[in-house]
Amino acid sequence: MISILQNYSGMLIMALGKTMLLTLLALLFAMVIGMIFALMNVSRNRVLNCIGTIYVDAVRGVPLIVLAFFIYFGVPSGIQQLGKNFGIAAFEQFRLTALQGGTIALAMNCGAYMAEIIRAGIQSVDKGQMEASRSLGLTYGKSMRLIVIPQAIKTMIPSIINQFIITLKDTSILSVIGFPELTNVGKTVANNTFMVLQTWAVIAIFYMVVIITLSKIAKRIERSLNRER
Amino acid sequence: MVHVENLKKNFGKLEVLKNISIDIMEGEVVVLIGPSGSGKSTFLRCLNQLETATEGKIVVDGNEVTDKHTDINKVRENIGMVFQHFNLFNNKNVLQNITLAPVELKLMSKEEANEKGMQLLKRVGLETKADAYPSQLSGGQKQRVAIARALAMNPDVMLFDEPTSALDPEMVGEVLAVMKELVADGMTMVVVTHEIGFAREVADRVVFMDGGYIVEQGTPEEVINHPKEPRTIDFLNKVL
Repeated sequence: MISILQNYSGMLIMALGKTMLLTLLALLFAMVIGMIFALMNVSRNRVLNCIGTIYVDAVRGVPLIVLAFFIYFGVPSGIQQLGKNFGIAAFEQFRLTALQGGTIALAMNCGAYMAEIIRAGIQSVDKGQMEASRSLGLTYGKSMRLIVIPQAIKTMIPSIINQFIITLKDTSILSVIGFPELTNVGKTVANNTFMVLQTWAVIAIFYMVVIITLSKIAKRIERSLNRER
Repeated sequence: MVHVENLKKNFGKLEVLKNISIDIMEGEVVVLIGPSGSGKSTFLRCLNQLETATEGKIVVDGNEVTDKHTDINKVRENIGMVFQHFNLFNNKNVLQNITLAPVELKLMSKEEANEKGMQLLKRVGLETKADAYPSQLSGGQKQRVAIARALAMNPDVMLFDEPTSALDPEMVGEVLAVMKELVADGMTMVVVTHEIGFAREVADRVVFMDGGYIVEQGTPEEVINHPKEPRTIDFLNKVL
């Protein structure tokens, strides 16, 4: 184990950095996706409800690895085909980098779960808050933004951090599309050194340290939020 | 000020309001009484369209709120509402609760709103609580802030939906006192309440509702002291 750390620590830390980068990018987009679909799901408009439900059900109904293959291999190949059929040069060359494909797949996946977290958060806020705001003449949008969502976020934070941790772990699935994150690099190291047990033990510890640190931070944020009134 | 014509409201198959027509004059204080489930609160919530009317016409301040083309947000600026459960904004402090709407709707500058807010807080006796959060207030204090919040919009009419029903008995008085001041100032008020004493004291007109209809209405003397309808007599016997 020591020798792995000695010889490959730079490489592994780089890989951990990539893992974190992918996680943060995916989470950022997932927040936006989640907010949009959550708002669709809580709106009174049937069409928006329907779109929101379809998205959440579709994405949650597909394993992440299949989604990743679909986005990284399937979609570009479809676009290339389109380019060939209609003679659009830009489409013929269309490709995604592993980071792009991975971010999209992970963000879509995480976005669906995020949508459910945000929806639940919004619905946990007493209906009277919205009514009071509307009765003063504020629009639905302003009431959401100024009154309901700020209160919803407080209840959502533990679930969001939990989702953050799940997403971080899910990045390892994206080793299948060749993104050089921690698990992928671990494979290379194990193959090069033949120290299979030691390598995977080191990789496991890397993940564990980051995730435990994160959950500790989460606990602290949660506690300080609760202390505030 | 308020004109209601053949108002009907259904929740699914349940008919809550069956056929309500009433006119409320400027400066009039109308108190709605009646057993629970009689449609009093629903009627009140139809006036500012927190509940959309199923049928009928409601005109408030010259604006037909039941017309889809009316900008309901604009009309609501002039209709203050006070709720049974206060519904103060939990993420805002007391002064922010009061100033939020006037500032957001660009009716006042931040400074004007703060000044007006402090005036209103003084009026309801809570100027020392400006920085407190709703969770730090008692029920009676919350409701007085809620009244101040509604008044900050300079409404033409105030709707009270059982404003004292969620309060501990010793706090009912302080809220009623604030409401009585409003009556003295000539505010047009529609009040749903179980406080028969309050109705007797300040109402220009008492309306007794039951089963989605207006059963009887008149001065407090007529309706409370000398009710004619058997259902009114029965109800008053139970609550008095």
